[in-house]
Amino acid sequence: MSDLFLSSIFEQNLALSFFLGICTFLAVSQKFETAFGLGIAMIVVQAISVPLNHLIYQGLLVEGAWAWAGLPEIDLSFLKLLSFIAVIAAMVQILEMLLNRFVPALYYALGIYLPLVTVNCAILGGSLFMVERQYSFGESVVYGFGSGIGWALAIVTFAAIRERLKYSDIPAGLQGLGMAFVVTGLMSLGFSAFAAGGAP
Amino acid sequence: MKQAYAHLTDPLIKANPITLHILGICSALAVTTSVSTALTMSAALTVVLVLSSAMISAIRHHMPTAIRLIVQITIIASLVIVMDLFLKAFAFEMSKRLSIFVGLIVTNCLVLGRAEAFARRNPVWPSVLDALGNGLGYSIILLTVGTIRELFGVGTLLGYEILPLVENGGWFRPMHVMLLAPSAFFIVGFLVWVIRSLRPEQAETPEFRILSHDETAQS
Repeated sequence: MSDLFLSSIFEQNLALSFFLGICTFLAVSQKFETAFGLGIAMIVVQAISVPLNHLIYQGLLVEGAWAWAGLPEIDLSFLKLLSFIAVIAAMVQILEMLLNRFVPALYYALGIYLPLVTVNCAILGGSLFMVERQYSFGESVVYGFGSGIGWALAIVTFAAIRERLKYSDIPAGLQGLGMAFVVTGLMSLGFSAFAAGGAP
Repeated sequence: MKQAYAHLTDPLIKANPITLHILGICSALAVTTSVSTALTMSAALTVVLVLSSAMISAIRHHMPTAIRLIVQITIIASLVIVMDLFLKAFAFEMSKRLSIFVGLIVTNCLVLGRAEAFARRNPVWPSVLDALGNGLGYSIILLTVGTIRELFGVGTLLGYEILPLVENGGWFRPMHVMLLAPSAFFIVGFLVWVIRSLRPEQAETPEFRILSHDETAQS
């Protein structure tokens, strides 16, 4: 379990080795504070949505899930894309209302980032990886939490580097997006060292 | 008519969805380790994009604005499911190699972005042209990156050996770093640099400018 946790943070980092959520990663990393808010929202949503989708998939969609109702040959797994998106969108909506009611401070801190997370491919990607790698419920809890932390770690580090980049002398064509790609490449190179280092 | 063709040709290089608008990068980087995966992914995305734009544009007068996002996502997701099943049925090996990235076309910002920005305000024909143009612009970048990575990573193109490998009596030692994640970021970064050097109007202005020694002396 701890192997899975560490590898989902570093070695199999969703942003840096699977390129998931890179659009948001590049667009919302101009300032350290906003990147931090988005990172926290990402951890919360990922940690809840992966186990929740695991329950939905195993309980309703997988082949044979309806055997108790006398319909053993029904296989709804082709619906997983649609149902995962619906689950994620609904969950974010409910989470928003709950936070607004019970933890208003966190609600205002997360602001627009919570709804933004819905369309992030790292969230959907996490759930699809969970299905593809056939994680158990316990593993999916650990994986959801770990991959959320990994993504947050990547964007917070990247935003911090980017704030320093403002003061550096960059060739005109490489300014902005081009430099962002090169920096992400260097970070990804650093993270891939965890994989090569013979860690579990 | 000239304007209609501008919808098709503009997104190829001038307003390329990847290098200018930062749309649809997630999948673009992950599937470019070989030309064949890049080609399949480009074709899948272009088909989904064109069909979804056509459908969304056709029902644009009947779609209440309050629920338009849900309607758009449902249309896109249904098309992606069809595409995913199609690949599984006719190209099973390829769909295994593309892993979850065909499914992730649903959250590809390029598809939803074109639906939001263009298809829901324009008639069907321009929307189809715009979608086709953006799909091709996306494909150009994907194929360029895929070609570079496959050629230097394993010395082949579409499986045919182009650079003679050392183990087959040639001179080329494959660079395995090209197949790893970081190289994709570097290649796209340098591609952006090349395009923006050729078209300086796309370059972003820096927040702070570093003065040269002469300028500091004057001020």
